[in-house]
Amino acid sequence: MKEELFVSGRNIPNIDPYLNIWHWQIPMYLFLGGLSAGILFFAGVYYILGKEKQMPATVKWAPMLVPIALVLGLFMLFLDLKHKLYFWQLYTNIRLESPMGWGAWVLMIITPISILWSASYMKEMFPNWDWKFEFLNTFEKWVIRNRIYIAWPMAIYAVILGIYTGILLSAFNARPLWNTSLLGPLFLVSGMSTGAATIILMSKSHEERRIIGKLDLLLIVVELFFITHMIMGFLAGSEVQINAAHLFLGGQFTVSFFVFVIVLGLVFPALLEVLEMIGYKVPIVIPAVLILMGGLIFRFIMVEAGQLTRYLY
Amino acid sequence: MRYAMAIDTRKCVGCSDCVVACQTENNVPIGFCRDWVSETVDGTYPNVSIELRSERCNHCDNSPCVRCCPTGASHIEDGGIVLVTQHRCIGCGACIQACPYEARYSHPDGYVDKCTFCIHRVRKGENPACVSVCPTKCMYFGDLDDPNSDIVNVLKNRKFKSLAPEAGTQPQIFYLV
Amino acid sequence: MKTRRDFIKISALGIGGTVALGGASWVLGGPMANLLGLPDETAELKRFPTYCEVCFWKCAGWAYVKPDGGIQKIIGNADDPQCNGRLCPRGTGGVGMYSDPDRLKKPLIRVIKDGTQSYREASWDEALDYVSKKMQEIATKHGPESIALFNHGSSGHYFTHLLNAFGTNNIAAPSFAQCRGPRDTGFEATFGESVGSPEATDIRDTRCLVLIGSHIGENMHNGQVQEMSDAIDKGAVIITVDPRLSTAASKSKYWLPIKPSTDIALLLSWIHVLLYDELYNKEYVEKYAEGLNELKEHVKDYTPEWAYGITTIKPELIRLTAREMANAAPSAMIHPGRHTTWYGDDVQRSRAIAILNALLGSWGNRGGIFFKEGIKLPDFPHPEFPKPAWSWQDTLNGRYPLAKEAVTNTIIEASIPETGKEHLIKGWIISGTNLVVSVPLKEQLMKAIHSLDLLVVVDTMPMEITGYADVVLPECTYLERYDDIRASAHREPTLALRMPAVAPMHETKPAWWIAKQIGERLGLAAYFNYKDYEEVLEWQLNQIGQSLDELKKVGIKRLPRTKGPLYIEPGSDYTFKTASGKIQLYSKEFADAGFDAMPTYQPHAEPQEGFYRLIYGRAPMHTFSRTANNPNLVALMPENAIWVNPEVANIWGIKKNQYVWLKNQDGVVSNFPVKVRLTERIRWDSVYIVHGFGHHHKPLHLAYGRGANDTELVTNVVIDPIMGGTGMRGNFVTFLKDDPKKEVES
Ligand SMILES: Nc1nc2c(c(=O)[nH]1)N[C@H]1C(S)=C(S)[C@@H](COP(=O)(O)OP(=O)(O)OC[C@H]3O[C@@H](n4cnc5c(=O)[nH]c(N)nc54)[C@H](O)[C@@H]3O)O[C@H]1N2
Ligand SMILES: Nc1nc2c(c(=O)[nH]1)N[C@H]1C(S)=C(S)[C@@H](COP(=O)(O)OP(=O)(O)OC[C@H]3O[C@@H](n4cnc5c(=O)[nH]c(N)nc54)[C@H](O)[C@@H]3O)O[C@H]1N2
Ligand code: SF4
Ligand code: SF4
Ligand code: SF4
Ligand code: SF4
Ligand code: SF4
Ligand SMILES: [Mo]
Repeated sequence: MKEELFVSGRNIPNIDPYLNIWHWQIPMYLFLGGLSAGILFFAGVYYILGKEKQMPATVKWAPMLVPIALVLGLFMLFLDLKHKLYFWQLYTNIRLESPMGWGAWVLMIITPISILWSASYMKEMFPNWDWKFEFLNTFEKWVIRNRIYIAWPMAIYAVILGIYTGILLSAFNARPLWNTSLLGPLFLVSGMSTGAATIILMSKSHEERRIIGKLDLLLIVVELFFITHMIMGFLAGSEVQINAAHLFLGGQFTVSFFVFVIVLGLVFPALLEVLEMIGYKVPIVIPAVLILMGGLIFRFIMVEAGQLTRYLY
Repeated sequence: MRYAMAIDTRKCVGCSDCVVACQTENNVPIGFCRDWVSETVDGTYPNVSIELRSERCNHCDNSPCVRCCPTGASHIEDGGIVLVTQHRCIGCGACIQACPYEARYSHPDGYVDKCTFCIHRVRKGENPACVSVCPTKCMYFGDLDDPNSDIVNVLKNRKFKSLAPEAGTQPQIFYLV
Repeated sequence: MKTRRDFIKISALGIGGTVALGGASWVLGGPMANLLGLPDETAELKRFPTYCEVCFWKCAGWAYVKPDGGIQKIIGNADDPQCNGRLCPRGTGGVGMYSDPDRLKKPLIRVIKDGTQSYREASWDEALDYVSKKMQEIATKHGPESIALFNHGSSGHYFTHLLNAFGTNNIAAPSFAQCRGPRDTGFEATFGESVGSPEATDIRDTRCLVLIGSHIGENMHNGQVQEMSDAIDKGAVIITVDPRLSTAASKSKYWLPIKPSTDIALLLSWIHVLLYDELYNKEYVEKYAEGLNELKEHVKDYTPEWAYGITTIKPELIRLTAREMANAAPSAMIHPGRHTTWYGDDVQRSRAIAILNALLGSWGNRGGIFFKEGIKLPDFPHPEFPKPAWSWQDTLNGRYPLAKEAVTNTIIEASIPETGKEHLIKGWIISGTNLVVSVPLKEQLMKAIHSLDLLVVVDTMPMEITGYADVVLPECTYLERYDDIRASAHREPTLALRMPAVAPMHETKPAWWIAKQIGERLGLAAYFNYKDYEEVLEWQLNQIGQSLDELKKVGIKRLPRTKGPLYIEPGSDYTFKTASGKIQLYSKEFADAGFDAMPTYQPHAEPQEGFYRLIYGRAPMHTFSRTANNPNLVALMPENAIWVNPEVANIWGIKKNQYVWLKNQDGVVSNFPVKVRLTERIRWDSVYIVHGFGHHHKPLHLAYGRGANDTELVTNVVIDPIMGGTGMRGNFVTFLKDDPKKEVES
């Protein structure tokens, strides 16, 4: 029998017996970031494609949620900090090697963009809206005229933000479950899918829902492909990565992962969307909400399970 | 200059003196620690062997904890000592996630804390507290660039290993086996 | 049974406090250093010399005091050959002895209020008056001899002095009949003297070290641990005989996992091999020893093959290891051990060890046992002590003829009216020993305690024993007081000073002060003719041409040897301190007293079906029960675990880290459940536990209820007929997986 123990009695809160230093705040932060990235990406792209009229929820209404989601996300990050008074240090340092660092900066840039974008549609949303100050009204006009120059960086930054939500985890070599370059694209796709689901929820146009629904279906297929690929990659990897994969294949996260993420969060909503597409009447709320739930749970599981995995020596 | 530590597992008795000494030297709060002692037992009675190891931050040459720090609080000092500057640390926990050795902890005051190689002593020419207290004298601390140092000498003459080299961090604590 | 001395939890008073420990101790650690996370370099730490009291090795060190008055750290004194600047974990963690929020704070007196017994806080004057009045009463009624002292550690001397002045010599420590008594008796019978404390074992220069159970590395007696490490560096062969893969065994070239209780058979077979294969040190034995022929005849049949059947150690391995010793001789040593009260034939086992050493020529040779030298400090002048009418020897009633120190158990026995008749003891002073946890046979102890007219406990902590006291007198810790100069003998004579680093916390006082106060109240002021202990130390040092001021600066002073070299000069004559001046391979003294002149092997009881032998030992981070509540050390090891071989656990369906209760052969069940450590490091027929845990006294906030207490399971004690040692390893336990208390209720 092999026996391993600490003779000096290590029992540090949140470190022993296994790492648990990131709690619910980080997965929430990642979820909100991914969702925002998805919405902003679609908004930018469809604006650039000139589909503002056909896809009002995509271009105008869903992005209204984004500033709130991003600020909330940043607040989640803040909540997670243990030395909060020193928060500002994030913005007096530029450290490109630190995903946490450039994530903060990406948010710093994309949040104002999203605010600008939403603000420029405020009067369409609330016809009685008034900016109170004349210079703001002038500025608004300027923004509306130049939307196309905002749409481009917005779409690009949205992709960066989406990838970032994955890279924040995958940058940590020390956690074998996160240690895969697939996590960036996977979280991007998953974020876009949650973004799409939000748009579907908000859209009143059948046509718009159909377009986004089709896109979402594609995203789900890609996401399932990435997940399969990731798990196979682990199984072909080192001992610690095989252990990581086993958390999902018989280990303690198997049920939650397969039931909530794969089946309820991906496969089932995909089926519903297919049914709807071929003409059955499916209340759109169901697949959309399932996707959002699945996306959220997926991040919780990845953060939680990742901290359980470690190097052996 | 490259500070490093070599620890002789043949002599270590696992007494954990290095842990208490660190605690009283560095005001490490009770319930936390910058160093710890592990025991691995292999074999089946009566053919059994044990390895005792005093572990701490490896002051890695390729330190992921420093790279991932968003504020630069985690940084590298002269001699390769990896340090955390308390008033620059925001307590984001990224460095804790980044360390394959679980060598860092979140101090109750909010910042992240870890072994400093007792830089305050080393700068005065003393050994780290854990090294100087060890009753079995099984720890060697010194400059790898100094060919006359004890540590270079002992690494030349003994077989050694480091922990989880496959993590790619290039740890600078060596275990004599 | 209602007795007048119910056990009282001192917490009933609300003292001891409810300070949440986790945080408190690091707050004590002082203001946050500078912002870099480094200790504040500008803060001046003052240091004061001390020697450690966490165990009896007494390492000299420095206590570093923070500007705010707390103790930052304790560091070994580099000039002390007993520690070489390196304290052990317990010494380093000694700060916790000072900062422990559960410490005793004020004198306490037992009172009966509304029919229930409890303690109330008292002033020192009141408590001391009470004690002296009671002592006087007992002396008037029964004579001063009816007061006894149990002590261990530095405080013992002052109360010994007090009682000697009062007219009694009934003074015992568990360090004899529960510890090194058998070893000392066995070695004295062989070499005329024993190895002392710290042991005069030349481990650092040995080429072959044989450990019979001595678990150096877990037994953290500092100098030995350091020297064993030196020996490993120098490539010494280590042979460890232990039913458990001790830490030392894991560092040994040979581990002999002996069947417990059969060591004498192994030792006899080694002697057999050395003699019959002519491997022994002939020159040495011829010159210095007598009784070789008798010995040779005696061990004729004790072949390795014979021993194999008893010990389970293969004959080839016995021969091989004997050869290793012979190759290294005379730089080879069978370690005499220290805690040797195992099976009741322990003096004879120690004899066998001594004889083996003699055959290798280790006594007086480099790498064997050296000649220690110390320096004697003169007593501070005092009138002659009165001669007691009777003393502890009389409590032996003809038993244990070779006991050279008082036997705790017979004094306990003499305190029970049925057994103490002529020599009845009515009052105890207890200082620095937690008898409840250190001395087996609890029933007897309780009977004695309940029969006393006075029980005074001097302690620093609310240990179990304090719950039985009539008066509890809180001593300050070693970091807060002067004590006698440490002048123990070793390779060279040394003097080490202990002085207060900080003022006594709460209303605690040093033992010398307590003894002097009681003495003055008893009209014995002439025996305490000094203002304070500084004056005594100064006077004593001056007598030998040294000064207190100098010691305050250096902490330790090494003095040159004056009584000859460390080892026997090759070929020179040497007179051993035995009656004949020669090493006694055959002990006439033993034969005359009616004991075997040479050790023989007697089989011991074996565990019944489903039971396992309970063996115990030390963990490097704790000293018995005295550190069980030390916050710094509890953080390292909060509880003990029962070591169980995985095969045994399999039979029982016991899992790793599961909690079980232990039940012994007499049906006694451990007070608390204990965690199971599944490990290949132990035989199938035994289980192992670290002594000193399982405290049941609630005021010990950290120690309470953690782990199991081996002492309560030691209900079968085999007493060594030669000197009264209490053999404690003849107890067997089985596992209870469910709470036995619940079973009873339902
Ligand atoms: N079952 C079992 N019994 C054993 C042993 C075993 O291994 N197993 N070991 C035996 C051995 S080897 C020995 S030496 C004995 C030791 O037996 P003890 O000397 O009784 O050991 P401790 O349990 O440490 O008790 C020491 C007491 O001294 C108190 N104390 C500590 N510092 C001071 C101080 O500065 N002043 C005063 N006044 N009191 C202080 C502590 O609080 C504690 O109550 O036990 C023996 N008994
Ligand atoms: N850390 C620490 N160190 C201490 C102390 C402490 O409390 N804590 N106390 C000090 C004191 S006062 C003393 S007396 C010493 C005691 O220390 P030692 O003299 O070393 O004590 P032992 O009882 O001989 O050793 C216990 C060992 O004996 C083994 N053993 C059990 N039964 C048998 C047997 O039948 N045969 C053989 N060969 N081995 C057996 C056990 O497995 C265990 O490894 O330690 C001293 N050092
Ligand atoms: S102090 Fe030395 S011997 Fe003790 S555990 Fe630490 S490294 Fe090992
Ligand atoms: S051991 Fe961990 S904390 Fe230390 S340098 Fe390496 S990665 Fe960083
Ligand atoms: S917790 Fe502090 S030291 Fe660690 S990465 Fe964050 S800011 Fe840097
Ligand atoms: S080098 Fe200093 S900080 Fe690091 S473990 Fe040792 S004592 Fe602690
Ligand atoms: S061996 Fe350890 S506990 Fe004993 S006196 Fe020395 S430092 Fe103190
Ligand atoms: Mo002892």
